[in-house]
Amino acid sequence: MQVSMTVNGEEVTRDVEPRMLLVHFLRDELGMTGTHWGCDTSNCGTCAVWLDGEPVKSCTVLAAMAGGHAVRTVEGLEQGDVLDPVQEGFMQCHGLQCGFCTPGMLMTARALLDREPDPSEDTIREAISGQICRCTGYSTIVRSVRWAAEHPADAEEPAPAGSAS
Amino acid sequence: MQVPAPFEYERATSVDHAISLLTRLGEEARLVAGGHSLLPMMKLRLANLEYLIDINDLHDELGYIRMGTDEVRIGALTRHRELLESPELAALFPIFADAERVIADPLVRNRGTIGGSLCQADPSEDLSAVCTTLDASCVIQGGEGERVVSMENFYRGPYETAVEAAEMLTEIRIPVRPNGSSAYAKVERRAGDWAVVSSGAAVWMDGDAITDARVGLAAVGPNTTGIPAISDALRGQEPTEDLYATAGAIAAESCAPVADLRGTVEYKRHLADELTRRTLRRAVERIRAGAEGDQKGRG
Repeated sequence: MQVSMTVNGEEVTRDVEPRMLLVHFLRDELGMTGTHWGCDTSNCGTCAVWLDGEPVKSCTVLAAMAGGHAVRTVEGLEQGDVLDPVQEGFMQCHGLQCGFCTPGMLMTARALLDREPDPSEDTIREAISGQICRCTGYSTIVRSVRWAAEHPADAEEPAPAGSAS
Repeated sequence: MQVPAPFEYERATSVDHAISLLTRLGEEARLVAGGHSLLPMMKLRLANLEYLIDINDLHDELGYIRMGTDEVRIGALTRHRELLESPELAALFPIFADAERVIADPLVRNRGTIGGSLCQADPSEDLSAVCTTLDASCVIQGGEGERVVSMENFYRGPYETAVEAAEMLTEIRIPVRPNGSSAYAKVERRAGDWAVVSSGAAVWMDGDAITDARVGLAAVGPNTTGIPAISDALRGQEPTEDLYATAGAIAAESCAPVADLRGTVEYKRHLADELTRRTLRRAVERIRAGAEGDQKGRG
């Protein structure tokens, strides 16, 4: 069947089997391997992407079900050449070790901060409670999200000198 | 890689369309809403279907929480997150927010629906216990019209409901009664897991006396179960620790847990006892706090 959706703002259309999961559509059909594929059972959350603005587990959504909807993946976080504050936060605070859970964590963190720009540690832990860090590095993940909360993108920061916006 | 076996995919554009598709396609067709129970079962080949009918486009028609004076009506496609985030529902039936906070995780709650949860009929499912506790009824629609089924008659065994092959659950109705409150508690092995045991309680009072009380337990029998003997023991009584202990003892002895990886029979009976006490106690505390805090009354 033909499935069309927007992924990071771009319209894509592919001919796929109805049983194809969204995570495989992104990775295998579109070659967007930023979204990771983990447990297959909607437990680990590494496959988290946005569906119409809300994070979901793409191993438990059919590509067909996403047809006509807007998907955002970790590749869509960066704006121009500027990393999203959550990406920057994960770098600043060592929010990743092996990096396997990172794309899902980033997408959930961005969604949380969009709704709640200044979340408490508990709120952050609740928001990522459907995601597993195989390295058990939760403390640094929470710190990374806090860093992002304290450094929002729209804050008036001194613009990098001479850089094109 | 786990993927479902091949099937044909259709999208329903209205409830009538969904029912006509079910009627035409027969027993080999199934509705999918959130898909967080059905798709994993299809991956494991525990569910094998030829047709999947996606009803997510019906969210405008079936995703709602309508607060009436006598009854609250919840559309079957209302998502867990919407139930969790409804302040009106939390004020009237705090049991919903209690339960939703411990159902799966935020990402799953963005997709899963109340109708899907009830129709899955997993013996450990939390909203089934909530709806049993609140004496809800289910509106089931088919080609011939709709019928209303009580929670007692909705379940026919594990993973089996009164919804026939060419029918769909469209709405859950919960009676509103004055001077009541409710609570939910669950013991799970890790965040977001299915219940080892969970208990819901709803209590209604007149002054210091309990006029009615209901308890619903999950994960201790083939389906979530209400315990009428507890209602009988509590009616007309003043709530005390002894009374909660009596109710807990009835819960422990009336339920039918089986030993599995989540715990032994003894442990589950102990939890049924303890969680029944806790939820009854909390429901009564909430009624009293409401009576003190709000002289206007919320009727």
